[in-house]
Amino acid sequence: MAELTYRDAVIRGIAQEMKRDNDVVFLGEDIAKAGGVFKATVGLYEQFGPLRVRDTPISEQAILGAAMGAAMTGLKPIAEIMFSDFFAVCFDYIANEFPKSRYMTNGQTKCPLVVRTGNGAGSRFGAQHSQSVENWCMMIPGLKVVAPSSPIDVIGLLAASVRDPDPVIFLEHKSLYATKGEVPDGEILDTLGTAKILRPGRDATIIALALMVPRALAAAEKLAAEHGIDCEVIDVRSLVPLDTQTILGSVAKTHRCFSVEENPRLCGWGAEIMSIIADEAFYDLDGPLVRITTPHCPLPAADTLEDAILPTVDRIVDRVKRTLQA
Amino acid sequence: MLDKAAAKNAANDDIGEATRLELYRSQVNLREAEQRAYDLFLQNLVKGTSHLSLGQEAVAAGFATAMKKGDLTFCTYRGHAHTLARGVPVEKVLGELMQRDNGLMRGKGGSMHLTSEEHGVMGSYAIIGAHLPIACGAAWRAQYKGDKDVTTCFFGDGTTNIGAFHEALNFAAVWKLPVIFVCENNLYMEYTPIADVTAVPSPAGDRASAYGLEKIVIDGNDADVVYRTAQKAYEKARAGGGPSLIECLTYRHSGHSRADPAKYRPEGELEKWKERDPIKIYRERLKQFGVNDDVIAKIDADVKRVVDEATEACKAAPNPPMDILTTDVYADGGFAWRN
Repeated sequence: MAELTYRDAVIRGIAQEMKRDNDVVFLGEDIAKAGGVFKATVGLYEQFGPLRVRDTPISEQAILGAAMGAAMTGLKPIAEIMFSDFFAVCFDYIANEFPKSRYMTNGQTKCPLVVRTGNGAGSRFGAQHSQSVENWCMMIPGLKVVAPSSPIDVIGLLAASVRDPDPVIFLEHKSLYATKGEVPDGEILDTLGTAKILRPGRDATIIALALMVPRALAAAEKLAAEHGIDCEVIDVRSLVPLDTQTILGSVAKTHRCFSVEENPRLCGWGAEIMSIIADEAFYDLDGPLVRITTPHCPLPAADTLEDAILPTVDRIVDRVKRTLQA
Repeated sequence: MLDKAAAKNAANDDIGEATRLELYRSQVNLREAEQRAYDLFLQNLVKGTSHLSLGQEAVAAGFATAMKKGDLTFCTYRGHAHTLARGVPVEKVLGELMQRDNGLMRGKGGSMHLTSEEHGVMGSYAIIGAHLPIACGAAWRAQYKGDKDVTTCFFGDGTTNIGAFHEALNFAAVWKLPVIFVCENNLYMEYTPIADVTAVPSPAGDRASAYGLEKIVIDGNDADVVYRTAQKAYEKARAGGGPSLIECLTYRHSGHSRADPAKYRPEGELEKWKERDPIKIYRERLKQFGVNDDVIAKIDADVKRVVDEATEACKAAPNPPMDILTTDVYADGGFAWRN
């Protein structure tokens, strides 16, 4: 057991899979000699050499296209897109190529690859380097979409993603890179499509993803300590496949559900989950389904503004308390 | 007609008679199948869209004939010819165009996505430029694994103005990948002349130097020229010499797609190019080299018979069954996204 940062967990996860399988290769901008702009790939080039860890030009289409061609013909590539906002310049691969090739070819084409990317706000980078783009990906049939919130989940879910036969979008949260957690020694392998109950509770379910998970947990502690409200907190972890059973089971117990989403409100992942709850667990509910999101607005750069636009611990506490006391 | 000695000599040149007959057979096969696709469209039996390669057969035949088993083909939505040229049965292609259960992908892909991995046809891509980077990835795998196959990526002149073309060319050159980029310059991007929208006269050839590559612009209507150029590029790629960019000058006899009557073409242009019809050129070539008329006629008849039989088989084939509607979205064979 060792304490590891989320950043070092990325390195360990990639290294674990590259050691296990020579067909795992890794490409991206500044990921090799420089060790990544977030220092989340330091040492991999030295450990695995220039044939397996390759710097690319600033050519996001070439990165994702090459990953796909390699995956189709037998490799298991991990491609890095430095900031998830850059998905917009290579979205053809994410929306049209990776996810549709198997279906269109009646099962002939395989596409076992992972796209890792730095996602999310908190770095004061402004509207084009801070977005949470999981919803861009979640809506596309054929993709899997994963967003871990802790170092141990980074390793286990990254390993599961690399070993998965489908294309996986792996969203690392930039504001979590420096956070720490206990990680056991030895190989770690998790399962896609499994949510985790991080805090059991009786009065309400709070579902969250990535950076919103520690905020939801902190809010739950505050709600318990200051208001006597006992919340169950679920880390969704994997949007596709989606572990609806864990969520529905929790709602059946608490009769209330809140989502905490970093994305702008429209078509956020929470809307999909809430619609499932409304469809399938309506009579379990004692009150409205409530989504806590950023507003329908681009992200500002200034620290005071950025802090104000994202769901905060206090906002979560306030919203849960007001809803339950209404 | 050459005299007997000259004919023998010609049959033993660098291409040889057996390969020439295959180049001819392939071109006739592509012509016959594409013409049939057009006829079936007029009968409302080919649904959706279709983009024919009528007039461009020498490019597909020349490259495919120069390929080895295991080499990979990536093509665009104008990919019927490239798919057939790798040996995919006509029935499988026409079946897909007619969206029947006997099609290559049982009707799930349609004419723009013909794929037959067992023949090395790694897909037809309908988003302009998308497959150039993908071809780089296939070539990267060969380089990484030490495999000797070469990847060929076909595209039109219009592709040379999209970003992915430039990203892929640079990427392939920097990584020295065994990939051949083949631009079929048929003079029109879709409806607009390529010259009206391109800063240089040779849309691919004049871009080569930007990526440290040789400018190669060839007669794309002469299968011998295409075949020789392809062979040279494959040898270079197999020897670790990296990518090539080859621009083939050609002309499509039909419109961009089935919806296009090609009224934008200046008068006489089509007729001029039809004088340089690749099949006409090649029939003359065979005769010049002493191939008898009856050999040529037999190839023509054999091809036509196979296309006729394929047509009838496709007409008789059922529509795709509903049980494949949501299969193969994910690798587990289904489309489940939740528990």
